[in-house]
Amino acid sequence: MKKLFPLFLLLTLFCQKSSVIKIGLIAPITGDVKTFGESVKNAFLLAIEEANSRGGVLGKKITYVIADDKNDPTEAANAGAKLINQDRVNYIIGSVSSKCSIPLSEICQPADVLMVTPTSTNPKVTIRDDGSRKPNIFRACFIDPFQGKVAAKFALEQLKAKKAAVLYDIGNDYTKGLAEFFRDAFQKGGGVITVYESYSKDDVDFSALLTKVKGENPDILFLPDYYNKVALIAKQARQMGLQSILLGGDGWDSPDMVKIAGEAIEGGYFTNHYSPDDPRPEVQEWVKKYEEKYGSKPDALATLAYDATNLLLEAIRRANSEEVSKVREALQKIREFKCVSGEMSIDENGDPIKGAVILQYKGGKQVFVAMVKPD
Amino acid sequence: MSYLCQQLINGLQLGSVYALIALGYTMVYGIVRLINFAHGDIFMIGAYVGYFALNVYKIPLPFVFPLAMAICALLGMTIEKLAYKPLRNAPRINLLITAMGVSLFLEYFSSLKFIFGPNFLAYPRPFRVTNICLGGLMINSVTIFVFLIVFSLLLLLEIIVYRTKIGMAMRAVSYDKETSALMGINVDNIISFTFGLGSALAAVGGILYGIAYPQIHPFMGIMPGLKAFVAAVLGGIGIIKGAVVGALIMGVLEVLTSAYLSSTWRDAIAFSLLILFLIFKPTGIFGKEEMEKV
Repeated sequence: MKKLFPLFLLLTLFCQKSSVIKIGLIAPITGDVKTFGESVKNAFLLAIEEANSRGGVLGKKITYVIADDKNDPTEAANAGAKLINQDRVNYIIGSVSSKCSIPLSEICQPADVLMVTPTSTNPKVTIRDDGSRKPNIFRACFIDPFQGKVAAKFALEQLKAKKAAVLYDIGNDYTKGLAEFFRDAFQKGGGVITVYESYSKDDVDFSALLTKVKGENPDILFLPDYYNKVALIAKQARQMGLQSILLGGDGWDSPDMVKIAGEAIEGGYFTNHYSPDDPRPEVQEWVKKYEEKYGSKPDALATLAYDATNLLLEAIRRANSEEVSKVREALQKIREFKCVSGEMSIDENGDPIKGAVILQYKGGKQVFVAMVKPD
Repeated sequence: MSYLCQQLINGLQLGSVYALIALGYTMVYGIVRLINFAHGDIFMIGAYVGYFALNVYKIPLPFVFPLAMAICALLGMTIEKLAYKPLRNAPRINLLITAMGVSLFLEYFSSLKFIFGPNFLAYPRPFRVTNICLGGLMINSVTIFVFLIVFSLLLLLEIIVYRTKIGMAMRAVSYDKETSALMGINVDNIISFTFGLGSALAAVGGILYGIAYPQIHPFMGIMPGLKAFVAAVLGGIGIIKGAVVGALIMGVLEVLTSAYLSSTWRDAIAFSLLILFLIFKPTGIFGKEEMEKV
C-alpha cells in the first residue's frame, strides 16, 4: 500500500490537471448564521451548474467540495487546511463572516491558494494589520468603512438623527469594524454618540445595556450584528419600551430575521449590497432563476456568492490558464465587470468598488429605500 | 436613583433564574458530594422541551411546566443511575470527570441534526408582554412572571425539604449516609429523588430563561450553569438558602457591572468573585465549618 501511494498521488494530480477544475466552498451551513451559509451554498451551486451547462470553463468541467465552518474561526481554518491539503483545491470561495475569513485568508495566502470571499466586509480580510496586501485574497462585496459611512450619512441626512447609541460584539471583527466606522462618520457629520458599548458572543441578557441606552433616549440605536443577535436585542429593547429607530448592516439580511424578531424589527433600516426590487435586467433575471430553483427570493448573501463564483470563473477564463498566479493577475485587472450586485472594478486591495442600498423592514418584508454610490 | 433600581430589577430577574439552577447543584452536592457538571445541560434540555411543547405541540403554558419538570427529572435520575451510581464508591475525581463527560455528551448529542439540531431557535412568548409603570420604574410582565414562578417553587421546595418525610430523609442522608441507612432510610432512593428534584427545578429555569431571553441553542447551558455553580459556592455549597442568596447576588452583580463598568467585565468579575471566595471563605456566605445540610 505504501508503495502504491506515490502512484496514487500522481494519478490524482494527473486527473485534476487534465479533466476538471475543482473549487472549494467554505460557509456556515449550520450554527448561528445558518441561513447565510444556505444562501451562499445555493447560489454557488447554481453558478457552477450554469457554467457546466455552458460547457465548463477552458473546456473543463467544474467540480466542487463544500465544507461547513459553523461560523467559527477555528473551524474555518481547519476547513481551509482540509480543502487545501486533502482535496487539493486551488480556489476557495468563502468564508461568509469576516471573523472566519480573516483566519482562512492566513491559511490560503501562504499555501498559494486563490480565495474570493463573497460577503466578508471587514478590511482586514484582504490587508494585514501593517497595511500590506494579501495578494491572493479578493472579495465580491464592498467593505465596512463604506458601509459604516453610508449608514451614518443616512442617519444624519435622511432620518435627521442627532444622537445615536451603538452596541456591538467585541469578539467579532465584523461588528466591531462596522461600529467603529459608523461612530467616526456619525461624529464627523455632527452627531453625538451617547452610548458606545460592547457585549460578548454568549451574552443573552442585554437588560443592563438597554436600560443604559434608554436613559439617554437616542434617535438611533445602531446594531451592527447578525440577524440572530439583532433579533434578540431588538426584542428586549422593544419589550423595555425603547423607541429609537434601529439601524444596522448587511448582517440583518436573512429570511429568518422577521421569523425570530417579529414586530420588534419593524421599521428598522439596514445597509445592503443589493435589493431584489432593483429594476436592472441582471437583477430581475437572477431573481427569476433563483426563485425557480429554490422557491424563494435570493438575499444579498446568495447574490454575492453568485457574483463571487462568476468573478472567479471569469478570471480563469481571462487568464486562459489554471495557474493560480495567472488567474490572480487576471482577477486583479478586472474592471467594470457586470454582476448582479452592480458593476464591479477590483481596486489595488482586492476590494470591488460598487454601490450600496438601504432597505427597511416594513410589514415583515424588506423594502427598498435608497441607493448610495461610492464617492 | 430610578436608573439604579431599574438595573436592580434586571439583576434580580437574571439572579432568580440562576437560583433555580444553583439549587440543583447545591442539593446534589449536599447529598453525594458531587459537582454535577451536567446540570447546566439539563437546564438546556428543559428549555428545549418547553420550546417543543409550546411551539410544536401547542400545549398550554400551565401544562408545559409539569411536563418539562417530569421529563428532566426522569433524565436526571437516569443519568444518576447510569453514570454516577456505579462510581459512588470510587475516588471523587472519577465522579467529577464522568460528570464532565455526561455534560459534553448532552451538548453534542443534542446538537445532532435529528435531535435538536445545531441551530439557534427563537423562543415563543406564551403571553403578551406588557409594561407596568410604578413611579419612575418599569416592570414588564415577563419579569413578574419569572419572579412569581421562582418564588412559588422556592416555597414548594422549602415545604418538601423541611415539612415532609422525604425531606427529612434527605437532610438525614446529607448529614450521615451510613447511619441513616442503618435507621432504615433507602439511601439510593433518596439520592435518586434529589437528582430528580434538582433537574425539575433546572427545567423550569430553562423555560424561564427561554422566555426572558428568547433564543435557545444546544450550548446555552454552559454559561448559566457555570454562573449558577459560582452562585452555589458563593452562598455555601450544600446550603439551600445560600444557593438562592448567592444566585441573586450574582445576577445583580453581573448587571451592575454592565451598567456601571462595561459588559466585557461581567464574566471576569463573576469568576474572580469565585476565586476570592474560595481563597478567603471557602465555605461561602452561609457556610459554617463541618455543618452540612441538604
